[in-house]
Amino acid sequence: MIDYLQEIFSTLKQNKLRAIMTGFSVAWGIFMLIILLGSGKGLENGMEFNFKGTSKNALWIWSRRTQVAHDGLKAGRRINFTVADGEMLQRKFEDDMDNFSGRFHLWGDFAVTYKNEYGDFRIEGVMPEFKKIQLVEMQKGRYINEIDIKEFRKSVIISEAVQKHLFKEEVPMGKYIRINRVPFMVVGTFQDPEDKDRKQLYMPLTTTQRVFNGNNRLTEMAISTNATTVAENQRIEDEVRNLLIERHRVAPEDKQAIGIWNTLESFKQAQGVFAGIRMFVWVIGIMTIIAGIVGVSNIMIILVKERTKEIGIRKAIGASPFSIIRLVLSESVLITALAGFFGLVAGMGLLAGVSAILQQVATENQDVQRAFFNPSADLGVALWALAILVTAGLVAGYIPARKASAIRPIEALHDE
Amino acid sequence: MSQSIIRVNQLHKSYVTGSNSLHVLKGLDIDIHQGEMVSIMGSSGSGKSTLLNILGILDNYDAGEYHLNDILIQKMNERKAAAFRNKYIGFIFQSFNLISFKNAMENVALPLYYQGVSRKKRNAKALELLDRLGLKEWWNHLPSELSGGQKQRIAIARSLISEPKVILADEPTGALDTQTSYEVMDILKEVNASGITVIIVTHENDIADMTQRIIRLKDGIIESNHSVDLNKTESGNKVFTQQKSIMS
Repeated sequence: MIDYLQEIFSTLKQNKLRAIMTGFSVAWGIFMLIILLGSGKGLENGMEFNFKGTSKNALWIWSRRTQVAHDGLKAGRRINFTVADGEMLQRKFEDDMDNFSGRFHLWGDFAVTYKNEYGDFRIEGVMPEFKKIQLVEMQKGRYINEIDIKEFRKSVIISEAVQKHLFKEEVPMGKYIRINRVPFMVVGTFQDPEDKDRKQLYMPLTTTQRVFNGNNRLTEMAISTNATTVAENQRIEDEVRNLLIERHRVAPEDKQAIGIWNTLESFKQAQGVFAGIRMFVWVIGIMTIIAGIVGVSNIMIILVKERTKEIGIRKAIGASPFSIIRLVLSESVLITALAGFFGLVAGMGLLAGVSAILQQVATENQDVQRAFFNPSADLGVALWALAILVTAGLVAGYIPARKASAIRPIEALHDE
Repeated sequence: MSQSIIRVNQLHKSYVTGSNSLHVLKGLDIDIHQGEMVSIMGSSGSGKSTLLNILGILDNYDAGEYHLNDILIQKMNERKAAAFRNKYIGFIFQSFNLISFKNAMENVALPLYYQGVSRKKRNAKALELLDRLGLKEWWNHLPSELSGGQKQRIAIARSLISEPKVILADEPTGALDTQTSYEVMDILKEVNASGITVIIVTHENDIADMTQRIIRLKDGIIESNHSVDLNKTESGNKVFTQQKSIMS
């Protein structure tokens, strides 16, 4: 085995420049493939990051004014959801729903004060299940719970950005902050995984409705379904819409009055787009490699022609056709594998570098993370690429090897 | 004489190019005994190269029989032909045919590579042969750094390393000056003296005269086949006996 490798290396050493030039095309092909795949992965990661904060099969439901007159009612009527709507949905979709939360959004930012510190933040009344729809990372304390809801407790959880703003270094837990002059006790702090600078407060839905004159109104509703396919989620979405349209006497064609955002659909759509991109990238990458293969094959044919005499000598002194095929094929595989390996390492290296830089930039600016993040080609891809390389080498060497084995020693040797 | 190593009966060979058929060998009968040193002569087109190719299993024949070491050599696949060549035949060529990027020792050792002999063993054997041919200190030189005579001696060493029964030399002195030619012939005689059959294709009379028998071909048939006059080869025989001791 060592002998056999030495035999190949000794011929390769003979033609160092040619081997390098030949290998370059393959190295370039693999380099591009890795870069393309890594970039695709980066875009995909950015997309997935955008979905990080939400349950992937959620329905977000909101209401606006009607656009069309319907059922004897004028256009421009404001649709308002109520707690009853929520209870109805929960009842009717018991089998399709994992979590439900009514939401009561306060319009605009509200002044929140703690001692001498104050700021304007977004405030929303939610139900305990909301944490499974709009995902947050709890830092300290707890989320809103059932007792908060039942007893109209004035509890509040604040995002880390709010905590920094109001409390500085102070421990916020158990402290009272004032919203609209009403004191609320901080029971937890959290971080929004999508945007850690978001300044947000969550309070019990019931308390919010009572304190801010909401009565039984809900500004929005959120559902996470147990659907696993887009079609299933779509069915639930349609049924929810039909039910709400009927209850609120909205024209079926009026898409403005009641809006539903189906995240599963968006997620799958985005995923579909990225699957397409990934395939496209593979196709381009493989095309590039094919160009490399043709290059290698071409050079190998010339090489065989140049070495006709040598091969003739080898055959005359007892080299079998198989050993000649092996000689040429091994050389081809060795060139492509070695060059490809360099391309692979270079590509991976570049991706790792870019990834590290992006990571650093992302700590200051999260928008980067949303667009393009952690571009990397994983080990699986590398192994695939390696398999492609060896195959490429074999394919590239095949025709030249056949040519070489067909050389007749008499003709080769008398070719003076 | 001992048993025959090469026995050819009614050998025919034609080359077909398009619609033309060229009948090159027209029924040759040749019998060469083990340990003989024979030369084959003839003008170009006489069929001597074709004969050598067939004897060397580099080419097939159309009709007749060719026995090498009492084995009938028929149309065979390349792998088998290669194995036969490796085992029974050593080649020496006019243009040496050394591999340009291998040094002297590697060139000599190459046939053993195809026998699967380990690197260490075959290199040791190659060095031993180079030593016998007086080229030991040149072992790591490339062919391009050697003179014609040295190159041919390396080629001879290469043909000997697999311990063949027959050495086939195609114009071995064709590219050498007279002085070097004689040196090479002396070596071939030594080789022959060690019991290996040597067949030399040449068109030089003085070279042919150094062999024991001359087969003359003309237009694909044997024109004459006779032993060389002893008087004529006296000088050659002298060298032969002198150096016999070195080889054995």
